[in-house]
Amino acid sequence: MVNGEQVALFYVPESEDKIFAIGNWDPIGKANVLSRGLIAHLQGVWVVASPLYKQHFVLSSGACLEEDICVPHWQVKLDGDDVYIAGH
Amino acid sequence: MTSNTPLSANKPHLVVVGNGMVGHHFVEQVIAQGGHEIFHITVFGEEPHLAYDRVHLSEYFTGKGAADLAMTDGTLYDDNGVRYFTNSLVTEIDRKTKQLCLKSGESLSYDKLVLATGSYPFVPPIPGHKRDNTFVYRTLEDLDAIRDCAKTVTRGTVVGGGLLGLEAANALKNLGLETSVVEFAPRLMPVQLDEKGGSVLKGMIEGLDVKVYTDTATKDIVDGETSFHRMNFADGTHLETDLILFSAGIRPQDALAKQSGLDMGERGGITINNYCQTSDEDIYSIGECALWNNRIYGLVAPGYTMAKAAAGHLLGDVSVSFTGADMSTKLKLLGCDVGSVGDAHAQTQGCKVFVYQDEISQSYRKMVVSEDGKKLLGAVLVGDNSYYDTLLQYYLNAIDLPEQAQSLILPAMDGAPAALGVDALPATASICSCHNVSKQDISDAVCNGALSVGDVKGVTKAGTGCGGCAALLKKVVDNELLALGVEVSTDICEHFSYTRQDLYNMVKIEEIKSFGSLLEKHGKGHGCEICKPAVGSILASVWNDYVLKKEHISLQDTNDRFLANMQKDGTYSVVPRIPGGEITPERLIVLGEVAKEYNLYTKVTGGQRIDLFGATLAQLPEIWAKLIAAGFETGQAYGKSLRTVKSCVGSTWCRYGVNDSMKMAIDLENRYKGLRSPHKIKFAVSGCTRECAEAQSKDIGVIATEGGWNLYVCGNGGMKPRHGDLFATDLDDETLIKYIDRVLMFYTKTADRLQRTSVWMDGLEGGLAYLKDVVINDKLGLCEELENRMAHVVDTFQCEWKTTLEDPEALKTFRQFVNYDGADTNVVFVEERNQVRPATDFEKQQLIAKVG
Repeated sequence: MVNGEQVALFYVPESEDKIFAIGNWDPIGKANVLSRGLIAHLQGVWVVASPLYKQHFVLSSGACLEEDICVPHWQVKLDGDDVYIAGH
Repeated sequence: MTSNTPLSANKPHLVVVGNGMVGHHFVEQVIAQGGHEIFHITVFGEEPHLAYDRVHLSEYFTGKGAADLAMTDGTLYDDNGVRYFTNSLVTEIDRKTKQLCLKSGESLSYDKLVLATGSYPFVPPIPGHKRDNTFVYRTLEDLDAIRDCAKTVTRGTVVGGGLLGLEAANALKNLGLETSVVEFAPRLMPVQLDEKGGSVLKGMIEGLDVKVYTDTATKDIVDGETSFHRMNFADGTHLETDLILFSAGIRPQDALAKQSGLDMGERGGITINNYCQTSDEDIYSIGECALWNNRIYGLVAPGYTMAKAAAGHLLGDVSVSFTGADMSTKLKLLGCDVGSVGDAHAQTQGCKVFVYQDEISQSYRKMVVSEDGKKLLGAVLVGDNSYYDTLLQYYLNAIDLPEQAQSLILPAMDGAPAALGVDALPATASICSCHNVSKQDISDAVCNGALSVGDVKGVTKAGTGCGGCAALLKKVVDNELLALGVEVSTDICEHFSYTRQDLYNMVKIEEIKSFGSLLEKHGKGHGCEICKPAVGSILASVWNDYVLKKEHISLQDTNDRFLANMQKDGTYSVVPRIPGGEITPERLIVLGEVAKEYNLYTKVTGGQRIDLFGATLAQLPEIWAKLIAAGFETGQAYGKSLRTVKSCVGSTWCRYGVNDSMKMAIDLENRYKGLRSPHKIKFAVSGCTRECAEAQSKDIGVIATEGGWNLYVCGNGGMKPRHGDLFATDLDDETLIKYIDRVLMFYTKTADRLQRTSVWMDGLEGGLAYLKDVVINDKLGLCEELENRMAHVVDTFQCEWKTTLEDPEALKTFRQFVNYDGADTNVVFVEERNQVRPATDFEKQQLIAKVG
């Protein structure tokens, strides 16, 4: 929860960025569930598959691969055990 | 209705005469191909309405209004600069000066002309046919007049027992009239049906209180004694009726063509070539007024093809032509199924015929096959059209008939050959019902470059609604790709160039215990939501580890990861195991108390257990702690694993039970409850042949007999029902379990990802006989291994919720927020029938407005 907004945080140790933050709200399924999706690596891009209807959202940009829709994304930094999320 | 678009002088002028379904479709096609940029387009329609759906005209009587039937409200025309005039009859064409005259006296010039004037109903010239209260059945105005008349009278008669006549009879009946049908030919639907088929249909229709007179010629119509009309028949009898509706066939509306001297058929119709050009190359003709190869096509689909061909040709694309059409039809008339395919009358030289007739349930089916018995030439169906699609496929594609060809019209019995595969599904078959995507749509998408299931989903939206069609969608896409000659990848995803079966064997033979090591050895990249759960399931099938173990947790799909079923609002449902549906009152009370405490919506499931909905992520461990303390176990409703074993009470209580189905159901459920499989598995056990547990619709079905148990396998309910195949009879308890062990493990070993047993069986080469060979005769020498694997799964069962509750690390994941204790404000419930349910978007707004 950041400034009253639900942020889905993904820790992906295999990736270059290690950590990603996008909105938790699934605009297609209309529920706060993206944090509970499976992480996938498709054609070199890290994405999360929505647990409701399986659309993919790019972790670094929030863009949806199947529909012309986008969820918010945040700048995020890992410093030791602490996570920093930039405000919008 | 008239548009405001002015006529532009610098473009050539395309005029379309006729605004029925086909004329409208033509304009649509021209616009779709950009023709409105090239031509100035003007449309004339004789009727007061723009084009409407005449195929469903009868629905005008069952609640649909003109607006519902309309194919356009003019927007399409206005937006694309198409001028249109309704109530406008074109009376003359001067081909020399390229001028049209209208009834109103106006005239205008054209560069290209399309005649889509359709047809008119044929009214036999019986003396008296122009009396009051006589009608035809073609336009909305006709229907208005019929409806007005029907309000004041009691008896109605349709002259003509063809397809449209029976449709009209249905309409009269729906208007509350005592209805009769008078047909000149010796049988109903003489074009589509043979004599026997016609007589069965007659019997069925008479059963619906419609009087049918066949082989009856009307001599004249005069004043009636008890009704408005009296119809005198040639044989001296008569019929009194108040309303007469003529539906004795259609004739091409070709007066305009005749006047202008275009080539015509001997019995009417405007002669056209394959591009629908008439004898004047600047004039096209399409639809029911056009005569191709001396034939009129009175159905809408051929008319649409003509529209497409003409539009293409006009704009310089000659890839689409009209070269005739299949006139096979399937319809429901007065609630009776009627189907006719190809040479229904067996007129082909040397053809042979199969006939099946059932006088009890009133059905009749005939197949006409070639002299050598190899090809289907035609068919007649009355009473049950479920056979139609398969027969039509055999006919249209000239598929070789199976050895026992007659089975195609016989009622389904054990051992009948399976229906055709996906390549035989008709193009119109609906694959995704959520987005109404047909096989044809998918085929088009593939042809246009969508070369994977993902691409097809993106283009057509198929499979993005409920997702229930995913497996079928993949088969259709693969099939289309194959048809295009594209090599179909059976790779599970981009990370593994292997099938699920390959991966299973690798995991087992190389003793691979984690996704990471499998990926390292045989895969590439980092995995995705396809391969991760698939491998997770394989690892669980083979090694049966705790699914939330650290190295496995990220593989699990949402439901498996949180051991509960996610619902649409992101909350979960909780389903404890209730083996065989047997539950003590004490435990039932516990469920009730937990549901009450957490305010959970409670429902009994189809699998005889109890589902508690509306639990938040954080509530799940608390709820399960209470359930486990009361002796419950996880129901694994979230997993691709055994769901339930449904059962009747069996011989312990039931007067008819011949064996203890209850005990068997509980034993089976407890034995197989931990098994992770390619897809979910359902069982049922019935205590006698009455089959109250519906075992034949389950993956594994067991039915008690005097001699033990009959075992059925690979049945399915759900979206594509399949009766289980009888696998073995009169088994003792031990053999029954042995066979089930082997069947299930063989399925787990060889099936594709997310493939139910029914689909697996349909795709299994050698089918039931092969499976019997493997399981009963140990053809592959696998049985011992299969049993050992199952024994391992049974021995290592653990209740995943119990393990989770004992693992503080695993419990950490059951949090909605890492930095905040509040709840998800989007989860809002409202009350309905004394329980909660998720609020709709509208209700949420209302609630927010109230609070605000």
